[in-house]
Amino acid sequence: MRSARPLPTPETQNFWDGCRAGELRLQRCRACHQVYFPPRPFCPHCTSRDLDAFTASGRATLYSYIINHRPRPDMGTEPHSIAVVTLEEGPRMMTNIIGCPQTPEALQLDMELQVVFEVQNETITLPFFKPLSHEAEV
Amino acid sequence: MKSKSIAVVGAAETTRMGVVPELSNLGLNLDAALNAMADAGLIPKDIDGVATAGEHPWSVAASLGITPKWVDGTNVGGCSYMLHVRHAAAAIAAGYCTTVLITHGESGRSQVAPARYAENPASLFGQFEAPYGLGVPVTQVTLPAMRYLKETGTTEEDLALLAVIQREWALKNPRAQTKVPITVDEVLGSPMICYPFRRLLCCLVTDGGGALILTSAERAKDFPTKPVYIMGTGEGVEHPIVSMMHDFTTSRAFRLSGEAAFGSAGITHTDVDHLMLYDPFAHVPFYALEDLGFCKRGEAKYFYRERRAAIGGALPVNTNGGGLSYQHSGMYGMFALQESVRQMRGAAAAQIEGAKISVCHGIGSMFSAAGTIIFTNEA
Repeated sequence: MRSARPLPTPETQNFWDGCRAGELRLQRCRACHQVYFPPRPFCPHCTSRDLDAFTASGRATLYSYIINHRPRPDMGTEPHSIAVVTLEEGPRMMTNIIGCPQTPEALQLDMELQVVFEVQNETITLPFFKPLSHEAEV
Repeated sequence: MKSKSIAVVGAAETTRMGVVPELSNLGLNLDAALNAMADAGLIPKDIDGVATAGEHPWSVAASLGITPKWVDGTNVGGCSYMLHVRHAAAAIAAGYCTTVLITHGESGRSQVAPARYAENPASLFGQFEAPYGLGVPVTQVTLPAMRYLKETGTTEEDLALLAVIQREWALKNPRAQTKVPITVDEVLGSPMICYPFRRLLCCLVTDGGGALILTSAERAKDFPTKPVYIMGTGEGVEHPIVSMMHDFTTSRAFRLSGEAAFGSAGITHTDVDHLMLYDPFAHVPFYALEDLGFCKRGEAKYFYRERRAAIGGALPVNTNGGGLSYQHSGMYGMFALQESVRQMRGAAAAQIEGAKISVCHGIGSMFSAAGTIIFTNEA
């Protein structure tokens, strides 16, 4: 189990509550309609405090990544991806790509991804991304 | 600040570099400061401004017996010293102080009393990046590279060629940590650290430091050293964590810093004789060449393929060997500044004959910040 766990703040608690509920929550500004991440109680585009939290689709594409061959001690011993994904709604976030070989051949930029949640402890559930399986949607 | 109204009159690195277990992190700052004061012919009571990063300015000042009227503890990562130069020049021009000492020292390799940063699990990094296995810089500042390579058609071989060319420069420098030539094949065959970054595409980890002393150009005439004038300066910041970088193929901080530096210097790119581009990892100079305007978008690869940066090239880059092959204590910016000053003094190990203008550009943290200083040896 990874030892580096988020400590939510009042500004981010709703996001982490969403992860526990299996929802990837984003914020949208009611004034200028921009969607943004990480969460904060005002819009970074226009400073409006009139916000709406909503559940994102969970779909994303692979923007960039590395494969860490010298993992942090709590991350196991095998090389693993560290990736930045672009959510369907626009914002980007850091994650790991799981559910596929951790190789350049399996990790192609712009590949389609889907969020999956993994419980870390009673308060923290982390969002990860795996390759999108079209068959699973039927 | 008026262009060329402030000058560097003292510049030196630590007495020893590489593996220096006999000095602490603070001790390396002080050793560099003593060497820079000796270079300028000054004693501590002549200094009335102090800037440093990592350590606190009060530690450097009190240890040396300096009573500063002005301090700057700006810490935006490895380019902090570029910002210190910029801020010091403004402070001297404003009359806040007359003679500023800027120090860097870092026990990057031996880790003797290092300046530690406490990890904060509630920070943006702690909440939204660290849980995914990020930590040391090679797991962070490298992240944009794959997107840059794809969008620009730059290859791993191009990154390797940069490392090879910088090693060629380092071999001319007796103070460089690396002593043997390398080939593109050897770089691409070196152990994988974080794909696509292999060991020889990553900076060294060494102990060392450096210090600069700045004063007004008017006073600079009375010093024993050849004055090196501050022609233009810039700084920029973008994001606190790399996942918030707006575009992984270009740095806003680099562009802001470069535009301000060139604007204040009143020069164009063809005026530049020598270039220092902070290279914690091999992809960063590619961004800098494009974001500072030396190359069009995606064309930095040709700069290396045509060996324009190399010995005998049209615009020598990282002539000390860079962070990849010279020294890299952690906050490398000071070493880039030192090489620019040496080139402007005509005292570099790999001296560019007749060089009159040197541009020195640094990255801070994970593409979070940038600082650019343009030096000249002509009053």
